[in-house]
Amino acid sequence: MTPNTITAKGVSAHERTPGNAAPSRSYEDLPRLMALMTGDEKHDSAATSTLDVLWVLYDRVLRVSPQTVDAPDRDRFLLSKGHGPMAYYAVLAAKGFLDEETLSGFGAFDSPLGHHPDRLLVPGVEIGSGSLGHGLGLAVGTALGLRAQGLTDPRVWVLAGDAEMDEGSNHEAVAYAGAAGLENLRAVVVDNDSATHGWRGGLASRFEAEGWSAVTVDGRDHEALYSAFTAARPGRPHAVVARVEPKPSAH
Amino acid sequence: MTTTATAPAPAAPAASARDTARERFAAVTGALLDEEPRLAVVLADISAAAFRDAMEKHPDRVVNVGIREQLMIGVAGGLALTGMRPVVHTFSSFLVERPFEQVKLDLNHQGVGAVLVSAGGSYDMPTAGRTHMAPGDVALLDTLDGWTVHVPGHPDEAEALLRHAVNDGGGDGRVYLRLSLQENARPRRVVPGVFEPVREGRGGVVVAVGPMLDPVLEAVEGLDVSVLYAATVRPFDAAGLRAAAAGADAADVVLVEPYLAGTSTRWAAAALEDVPHRVLGLGTAQEELRHYGTMQDHLAAHGLDPRGLRERIGAFLRLRRA
Repeated sequence: MTPNTITAKGVSAHERTPGNAAPSRSYEDLPRLMALMTGDEKHDSAATSTLDVLWVLYDRVLRVSPQTVDAPDRDRFLLSKGHGPMAYYAVLAAKGFLDEETLSGFGAFDSPLGHHPDRLLVPGVEIGSGSLGHGLGLAVGTALGLRAQGLTDPRVWVLAGDAEMDEGSNHEAVAYAGAAGLENLRAVVVDNDSATHGWRGGLASRFEAEGWSAVTVDGRDHEALYSAFTAARPGRPHAVVARVEPKPSAH
Repeated sequence: MTTTATAPAPAAPAASARDTARERFAAVTGALLDEEPRLAVVLADISAAAFRDAMEKHPDRVVNVGIREQLMIGVAGGLALTGMRPVVHTFSSFLVERPFEQVKLDLNHQGVGAVLVSAGGSYDMPTAGRTHMAPGDVALLDTLDGWTVHVPGHPDEAEALLRHAVNDGGGDGRVYLRLSLQENARPRRVVPGVFEPVREGRGGVVVAVGPMLDPVLEAVEGLDVSVLYAATVRPFDAAGLRAAAAGADAADVVLVEPYLAGTSTRWAAAALEDVPHRVLGLGTAQEELRHYGTMQDHLAAHGLDPRGLRERIGAFLRLRRA
């Protein structure tokens, strides 16, 4: 049995600007949309560490819409940290990639919305993720593939978590991307202090050491996020470390 | 899968008459890069020198990520997501075994394809020891869906199967091309996915995979058995095996594979599930062979030299010299 999939038409990613896709919802709609998945009306902000990053990206930065999910020149957003995707699905629904009715099936057998996203089930989801440490490598390959095809305009964004950065595969990707000067690559690391052994010197230093430009900002401050997202320097990949409240100990 | 591969094509310009399958792969892939704009090569240092000219000519499509095999497969997945056709190469132990979760998730789970081309096989570098041996590579890929696996027995076959692989599955298929220094004296005209009858007999069927053909033919000399040649093991040519078994007095089958013994026995059993049958799987031993030495030493230790093969095939099929 094939789970329900959602279809969309493809047109150029640049025929429309981000943020005006119908039905356009506001940031204030997101808690309600997440509640459709979980039944929880009062989401702890720590459970939605990625929410503000995702909102600012989809609302103001990414040049992709429900109509351009297959356009070769669209910006790509790769959710490497596939855990806790309610915020992701809520933002996709707010921007019209998903029907709101789909959200209530979250995790059900016939739902396209799993607790880890699957790119083959949801248009606009660029990668299937859930096992940590895969998104950065896929993002590097995506950036290389676009460059090889002369598509120099689209950006490739990848979102990871600070604990996810424990996976050594990420550091293979960070080191290579810096050496290769993949300037269309953008990484966002949402840092809620959940890495068991922490990151002495801060996560941004790991990127800077490999030749990336990197900034650390308040991951709840939309203007600060927007400034950081758009502060890339030519010739280098760009990383934004978005600091949010520490994750309560779960174990 | 049943289309005829380009017949042992003329060697590419850079190839010599005595090249290895790995050298042929590098030369042919370099030429294919000129012809196929979708093609991209991903390396992890191994064989990088052989691709130096191609890298200078196609700097955006020949990528050496360094000694980073997880990234190598991740990059291949990302390239494929943008519509490129990645050809990924390193030693078998670092191509399939080390980054296996990337193969599972960055290729299979994303629904994209690649051509993985290995060198080294199970025992090509015996002085390097266990770290450079990958007898479990085909068995590992058997846990995933949709992998075509070619095991050519000669550089000419490697070239034909490589050219086929690049366009397989509409140019998006998942293909593993397993190259080895072990080779047969002469190439055969391979048809991907088809077991080729090499000789016929009534005492049983021996399936010789890739470079095991010459040792098998020497081993069964004078014995009344059929021999099938398999340069492609996945998909497994069930119809070809059934037809050969039907021509024998009993459906007794011996599989001779240059990797982990028994890797293909369940495929043979499935092919013969409606007839009484016996299957013997020969290949490298499960237990680690903690020795160095030569390839011939290892073949003999695994019982894959003609003498060892003859002893075990003869005993299983209860055959004597005709």
